[in-house]
Amino acid sequence: MNQDRIQRLVREITETCEGQTAIRLMEVCGTHTVALFRSGVKSLLPKSLRLISGPGCPVCVTPQGYVNAACDVAGRPGVTVCTYGDMVRVRGRDGSLADCRGRGARIVTVYSARDALKYARQHPDEQVVFLAVGFETTAPTTAAVVMEAARGSIGNFFVLMGHKLALPAMMYLLESPEFPIDGFICPGHVSVVIGAHAYQPIVQRYRKPCAVTGFEPAQMLEGILSLVRQVARGEARVDNVYGTAVSDAGNPVARACMYDVFEIAPATWRALGNLPGSGLELREPYRRFDAAARFELETHEDFEPPGCRCGEVLQGKLEPHGCNLFGTVCNPANPIGPCMVSSEGTCAAWYKYGPPKKG
Amino acid sequence: MKGNNMCLAVPGKILSITSSGDDPLGGQLALVDFQGSRVEVSLQLLPSAREGDWVLVHAGFALQTLNDAEARELWEYLLEAEVVSGTLGETGEAVPEV
Repeated sequence: MNQDRIQRLVREITETCEGQTAIRLMEVCGTHTVALFRSGVKSLLPKSLRLISGPGCPVCVTPQGYVNAACDVAGRPGVTVCTYGDMVRVRGRDGSLADCRGRGARIVTVYSARDALKYARQHPDEQVVFLAVGFETTAPTTAAVVMEAARGSIGNFFVLMGHKLALPAMMYLLESPEFPIDGFICPGHVSVVIGAHAYQPIVQRYRKPCAVTGFEPAQMLEGILSLVRQVARGEARVDNVYGTAVSDAGNPVARACMYDVFEIAPATWRALGNLPGSGLELREPYRRFDAAARFELETHEDFEPPGCRCGEVLQGKLEPHGCNLFGTVCNPANPIGPCMVSSEGTCAAWYKYGPPKKG
Repeated sequence: MKGNNMCLAVPGKILSITSSGDDPLGGQLALVDFQGSRVEVSLQLLPSAREGDWVLVHAGFALQTLNDAEARELWEYLLEAEVVSGTLGETGEAVPEV
């Protein structure tokens, strides 16, 4: 794991942070949160450098209303819900999809939206609803599959739209004066699709440095070093440390597919509320695939279980240890809120890899 | 490869390319090798991909080509982080869980 390089980077980061007031960097992507912990990188960094987890886990930012709608439709006769595995244990008002399965609903875990469409083709007597959750890494794949369903005139395949866009959430957080963020570790694979250039508005409008990195520890440290140097020098630009995986332009075919099928719309983020221009809905030619319309489902309502502070955690306002439920009532075996349910949720990462809770 | 991870894309090598099965206009399908396991991957979002290319794959779709060194580095990290194991499930097809 090129230890020399890691040690050198940690040294340079520490030197750059000396004499600086506390620097707060936000990592947006759930996979980065886990990688930073798991690799031990987090513990090597100087104490004055705070790494804050943001709303980068698609499951975590899905409002409870969406889960309620998924459970509702799953319980209807003739319906099969196809979903990514991570959604299965998130609790709605009447339990999780796993609980629905226990009550007889047909829930199929899939690796790809393609699998869901394949299933629909193979089971023409079932109404298949695919839970379309995820950021820009995943949204184009849903779009491609909706296009395929349209070409094939598939009448029993529907998508329950829950896709969200990363940048609007990042900008929403920058608008909050209470908890300043000095720079962003930008989501790696979202950037493969949207391109490094997409973060220019954050640099131009807010003068905050951005670094696009992969998940390998030395890479993340390169990104963090770039950010602290920029902060120390009062600079603001997008630095792409992820190499050829991410280009400035991203993947234009994927984006074109996404925006052919979807249009930008307001979306409800768990505990952040309704953010304009932060979600995706089906465009008119594809509306017949909209599960919310077909089954009369309402997905945008939000609700926080009593005592659950996922909302504050998602905004970087609270660390998991600050939540009374963390580690006691709320743990991976019995998750109360989404930050603990998802394997990439901040609380799950802290529970598994973080320091022990005091007191 | 666990179906849980919505952020992570995984590198694999294109062994062969065929025309799409069910969807003639859907672009090509690739047989991609992930260190021994072979998975059918859509090239609809990366039509420029060619046989022999390393590609970053997410949720059944190739999203980007990588160079050899980067692909290996990413795979090593994913192995070490136990996100992937040496082999994958066969075709990633939906299997109803009872």
